[in-house]
Amino acid sequence: MKKNTPTLNRRGFLKVAGAAGIAATAPLFFIKGAYAEDQKFRNDPGKGKTVKLGFNVPQTGAYADEGADELRAFKLAVKHLNGEGDGGMMNTFKPSSLKGTGILGKKVEFVTGDTQTKSDAARGSAKRMIEKDGVLMVSGGSSSGVAIAVQGLCQEMGVMFMAGLTHSNDTTGKDKRRYGFRHFFNAKMSGAALGPVLEKEMGKERKAYHLTADYTWGWTQEESIKETTEGLGWKTTKTVKTPVGAGDFSQYITPILNSGADVLILNHYGKDMINSLTQAVQFGLRDKQVNGKTFEIIVPLYSRLMAQGAGKNMQGILGTTNWNWALKDEGSKAFVKSFGKEFGHPPSQAAHTCYVQTLLYANACEMAGSFYPPEVIKKMEGFKFDGMGNGATEYRAEDHQCFKDVLVVRGNDKPKSQFDLLEIVQEVPRSQVEYDAKIFGGDLGPYKV
Amino acid sequence: MDAILIQILNGLDKGGAYALIALGLTLTFGTLGVVNFAHGAIFMLGAFCAVLFQNILTFSKKVKDESITFFDAYKEQPYLEIWWGDTGSAIIDYAVPLSILFAIPVMLLIGVIMERGLIKHFYKREHADQILVTFGLAIVIQEIIRHFFGANPIPTPPPDVVAGSAAIGTFLGLNDNLVYPWWRLIYLAFSAIIIFSVFAFLKFTTFGMVVRAGMADRETVGLLGINVQRRFTIVFGIATVVAGLAGVMYAPILPPDYHMGMDFLVLSFVVVVVGGMGSLGGAVAAGFLLGVLQSFASMNEVKAILPGIDQIIIYLVAVIILLVRPRGLMGREGVMDD
Repeated sequence: MKKNTPTLNRRGFLKVAGAAGIAATAPLFFIKGAYAEDQKFRNDPGKGKTVKLGFNVPQTGAYADEGADELRAFKLAVKHLNGEGDGGMMNTFKPSSLKGTGILGKKVEFVTGDTQTKSDAARGSAKRMIEKDGVLMVSGGSSSGVAIAVQGLCQEMGVMFMAGLTHSNDTTGKDKRRYGFRHFFNAKMSGAALGPVLEKEMGKERKAYHLTADYTWGWTQEESIKETTEGLGWKTTKTVKTPVGAGDFSQYITPILNSGADVLILNHYGKDMINSLTQAVQFGLRDKQVNGKTFEIIVPLYSRLMAQGAGKNMQGILGTTNWNWALKDEGSKAFVKSFGKEFGHPPSQAAHTCYVQTLLYANACEMAGSFYPPEVIKKMEGFKFDGMGNGATEYRAEDHQCFKDVLVVRGNDKPKSQFDLLEIVQEVPRSQVEYDAKIFGGDLGPYKV
Repeated sequence: MDAILIQILNGLDKGGAYALIALGLTLTFGTLGVVNFAHGAIFMLGAFCAVLFQNILTFSKKVKDESITFFDAYKEQPYLEIWWGDTGSAIIDYAVPLSILFAIPVMLLIGVIMERGLIKHFYKREHADQILVTFGLAIVIQEIIRHFFGANPIPTPPPDVVAGSAAIGTFLGLNDNLVYPWWRLIYLAFSAIIIFSVFAFLKFTTFGMVVRAGMADRETVGLLGINVQRRFTIVFGIATVVAGLAGVMYAPILPPDYHMGMDFLVLSFVVVVVGGMGSLGGAVAAGFLLGVLQSFASMNEVKAILPGIDQIIIYLVAVIILLVRPRGLMGREGVMDD
């Protein structure tokens, strides 16, 4: 009797193997398609030879000078990314995946927009750049109100936003977004950096009077500085909100004269700061003796362009800044050299942060090997780097805030050159300005929109 | 008491600026019947006369800045200081008061060119057309200034000798803490002198008499064989000079930027309306009144009771006055009623 045992002959083997092969690869085939479908994103450059970035800065309005300097920095960054010029900070930035051949081999182009320092105009201009010009990333700023508005729009449209100059805690606090990243420091960090210096120079018994710009940045700065000074033991005599662009602040300054306060904290920026400081000095505040102490003025957020506008009135006044061109590290030196050669003057802190943000975005794309925003975001989150002018720096994953050293500066009373307006009092280490990401609340939102 | 005194002073000097601008606006409106929205820009141009004159005085030799090694940077040393040493520095220090001499012919010229070149074509047009064209002109002037001087305010300090504050508390035998900036006191006195001069000019000269007659009844004055139009052109020039001088002297108080005119324009129109359209006395009185009221509304004690009152006080007062006296404080029946 012949046993009917199954045997695997050559033909049978080929059949089974073939079927198994088809069965095994079929899902891959579908998955592959599904994966490509999954990675569809707005303004994908595909096989094109160029990529476009959008630089949305104030070209008119009170911050136009700052915007002009930001634009210079963006242009320089694009030049360096495309392998032109001396390379600037691309030579000092590490770990770097940048090759000087554009981004992922595609030449970088850019379009510009005018925010007018107004949220609605800024959103309109960003929307145009995204929809009409097809930009992959939007950068720029010079006002927190604008930055928060544009960041929200970018999240909705699935385009990355690399914030320029914005100092409100809200940008990476309650209004943080997955698609938004901020390299610039914030009010909380200014307070933490200033605290010990204020204690050393002005003691523990002071009475502070705040004049505060009436919008998100002013509010959060007042809150952070108040927290710091009250922590030192200072009392807060009064906090007064002033309208943005008030021009003549004398009506807000005169009540300070008899308030019993011995320190004025100006939570003003740009033109408002120049005007309020000039007028405070004219009213003799800095010559006053109150409570047996010399009256002091503090400007928590400083910039060289503002110092230029305030002239002599700025001399001797303490504040903080994100970066200064006089720093001696290799990254700062390379950037100042490159910028100075190109434009005949050193870069402002606004220019610095915009330049760095552009390089960081390009680098994250190179690391991800793709322009697909969720992948780029993941590479940026928690990214640690150095050689960009602020020492060892980290993009914190929880809130997309960069943590690095902060500078406490003083208006220089013996400037060596026309640009030497700020004297660096202290380079405050990053550890001193770090805080828990949870304190400001907010939600980053999804990777995929 | 101290706080009240200081708020009155504060209101008066701000009111001085409002009054000077409103005076020019009323002159233009009263004589030419033109609603000039470029008047704020003229105030700004005045302030930039001070800036330009300061720039001329500090015209500098560029010397290579050796302290900057990364790139070629240049330091600036004013020629006046190189040539005349301390005398040169003293002249530069007095740039703002000296620029008055520079501003008068420049502003007069600007005024005449504006009137002959543009405004005269709109005398017989609707007020809406006049507003549109003068507002457009204001934007053009602003942007030209921004192009040449940038957007940031430009420091234009007063002479060192009056840069500080006057101890008026000690002077009046009150609190020693009571101080007020010298330059603001000077501004107050200056605006009073200018206002007085304009009134005296209109009251005591034949030219002024014709202008006043023309404001009251242009047709009859014309029938008497007097060329009212030519005189009105000069009045426009005078209004421009008044606003310009207000700007020159305001430069040390508020570092000039291209937008400063717009900030004053709306308020000045409210001042004109509150004072009574076409009434020069009304414009001056309303200027000072609104300046003082705004100053008081900014006191913390007032804001504690009525939060935000400092932002709306002027408009609130304007509404009340127009409800009670529809022609404004000193507006007369029959003037500008059509």
